[in-house]
Amino acid sequence: MAISMTEAAAQHVQRSLEGRGKGEGIRLGVRTTGCSGLAYVLEFVDAADSEDQVFETHGVKVIIDPKSLVYLDGTELDFVKEGLNEGFKFNNPNVRGECGCGESFNI
Amino acid sequence: MALLQIAEPGQSPQPHQRRLAVGIDLGTTNSLVAALRSGLSEPIADAAGQVILPSAVRYHADRVEVGEAARLAASADPLNTVLSVKRLMGRGLADVKQLGEQLPYRFVEGESHMPFIETVQGPKSPVEVSADILKVLRQRAEAALGGELVGAVITVPAYFDDAQRQATKDAARLAGLNVLRLLNEPTAAAVAYGLDQHAEGVVAIYDLGGGTFDISILRLTGGVFEVLATGGDSALGGDDFDHAIAGWMVEQAGLSADLDPGEQRSLLQAACAAKEALTTCDVARLSHGAWQGQLSRQRFEALIEPMLARSLKACRRAVRDAGIELEEVEAVVMVGGSTRVPRVRQAVAELFARQPLTDIDPDQVVAIGAAIQADTLAGNKRGEGEELLLLDVIPLSLGLETMGGLMEKVIPRNTTIPVARAQDFTTYKDGQTAMMIHVLQGERELISDCRSLARFELRGIPPMVAGAAKIRVTFQVDADGLLSVAARELASGVEASIQVKPSYGLTDGEIARMLQDSFRNAGEDKVARVLREQQVDAQRLLEAVEAALQADGERLLDADERLAIEAQIQQLRELMTGSDGLAIEQQTKRLTQVTDAFAARRLDATVKAALAGRSLNEIEE
Repeated sequence: MAISMTEAAAQHVQRSLEGRGKGEGIRLGVRTTGCSGLAYVLEFVDAADSEDQVFETHGVKVIIDPKSLVYLDGTELDFVKEGLNEGFKFNNPNVRGECGCGESFNI
Repeated sequence: MALLQIAEPGQSPQPHQRRLAVGIDLGTTNSLVAALRSGLSEPIADAAGQVILPSAVRYHADRVEVGEAARLAASADPLNTVLSVKRLMGRGLADVKQLGEQLPYRFVEGESHMPFIETVQGPKSPVEVSADILKVLRQRAEAALGGELVGAVITVPAYFDDAQRQATKDAARLAGLNVLRLLNEPTAAAVAYGLDQHAEGVVAIYDLGGGTFDISILRLTGGVFEVLATGGDSALGGDDFDHAIAGWMVEQAGLSADLDPGEQRSLLQAACAAKEALTTCDVARLSHGAWQGQLSRQRFEALIEPMLARSLKACRRAVRDAGIELEEVEAVVMVGGSTRVPRVRQAVAELFARQPLTDIDPDQVVAIGAAIQADTLAGNKRGEGEELLLLDVIPLSLGLETMGGLMEKVIPRNTTIPVARAQDFTTYKDGQTAMMIHVLQGERELISDCRSLARFELRGIPPMVAGAAKIRVTFQVDADGLLSVAARELASGVEASIQVKPSYGLTDGEIARMLQDSFRNAGEDKVARVLREQQVDAQRLLEAVEAALQADGERLLDADERLAIEAQIQQLRELMTGSDGLAIEQQTKRLTQVTDAFAARRLDATVKAALAGRSLNEIEE
């Protein structure tokens, strides 16, 4: 089981953490919500929980709870620019369908 | 798929429920838009990577051009290119003429005396021109954030009056932006540095832009910034530094003082480049035609010293106006591109005896602060201790006139806005069907010492005995300081309302004077209030007793009783014109006592009349 991050994503996370002034890393996760069943969670982490799994890529800690890991195994977090818009993107091999905007998905 | 941003712990938004909000610095020379993404507040660049949008609008017959291209066309097409439109916002045509500037535009007077600029697209108001700038920023933000904006925080100078603020709001509406709040520029700069997270303290914002200088002294208490004083010089800025260098070049190169416009422009460009080079280098090379020279940083600093001295003088005056000492200033924030000049930073540091805050790009700091505020107002920050921040306060209490010419405060001064307060009032006379609502602003007890803002009448109150009607008056001040007052009679539902602009036309100096008067006269005011209240009570009793005498005096009183009451009435009348509150109070009590029996008899008579000739059954029903 593994989660990874592109270098661009790692750099942006690093910068965001520095700007925020605190935080151990970022949390990736899924929630059951949204029009296609599941939605991604992307949050700063101040303190990891004991059952959390921690992956480190490019010097940045990615924290994930065991339940979410099932849905996210093999995911690569990327940071992309599309025109003026920029943000994070989950390249998740487990996804079978997405809603039109891609904010929620199913497996 | 949609691109995601990092959220605070536990605050990941629901899909499709991210609330996009931006901060906009709508400046005289330049404008920019910023947003909070992944916890960082950053300006948004256009497709070419440019963050700064020159506040220039050029009207073509079939399209509108905004930004750098429009700015460059200003000399070629002066009539259709509008620069520095912010200076015209909320001004009447007469004001604009008094600005004393040689504006190249052809002005026409529109409705409500607003100046319109005649262009190839027809007359354009300053509001429309500003809206064209805002539209470009809005499109840029929506493209960058990938969705429609729920709203924007737009910054305005602290000294903007209500007309200017309203004009800015109108421009935003015209550009299709929902204004979450207008935020004072110095407050935005302080927010960018997180100074609002401190408990309290006094902050100075030194804002030296291209053409204007502003100094603001703010006091922070419980997350709220209050503007203590503002000052500055509307004709002092970085452009003057360029002119000083250009003047020196003319002298050194032995040029004649009257240059043609083209030559002048190239001189100024060279001067500006030298100024920027001297931020990091000790010497800048200059050339103009055949002449070549070197400008040392020391020489440059000597050239700008007189201008710097003017700005420092304005700082000292603002600190004095704020009623504080220089040592009380706990942080100094630098805003505006000209604060990059090392000598400026040094001089400000010496004046306040502390290092000014310069980490955030001084051209962007205002927009960055506005974006942080916008994010909070849009409801994206719900963590503990990060309650919705309220950053502005009402400078003077708002209230209304009650009987006897007294000011009843409904919203006390320094209340944070937005705010709504309701208070119930009642009628004073039997059968009263209308009530005059007189809205006032000030700290004094008597209305003659307060400022009258508006009057309106609530009509159609159903006739009732005095004191039975319940009239709820609601004062509401929105986030931009605009007041609306509504009155509603609760039984019948009749209502009336009015919108007023509370601080319109009041300068900071006037506000300060009104406050000081209220402190100085606090004692007198209290005595005056008590006296007026007693006079009003006495008057009410007199009217009631006289009406009762008229109606039932013959029937229910014997001659002696009647004489006794009339004697007390006479005495109260005499005392009422005087200023002895205690005597009025005692006499009012005495009159109440002698009329007690009379009142009881009247009540009995009324009950009897109501019951006469009716069976017990009827009554029980």
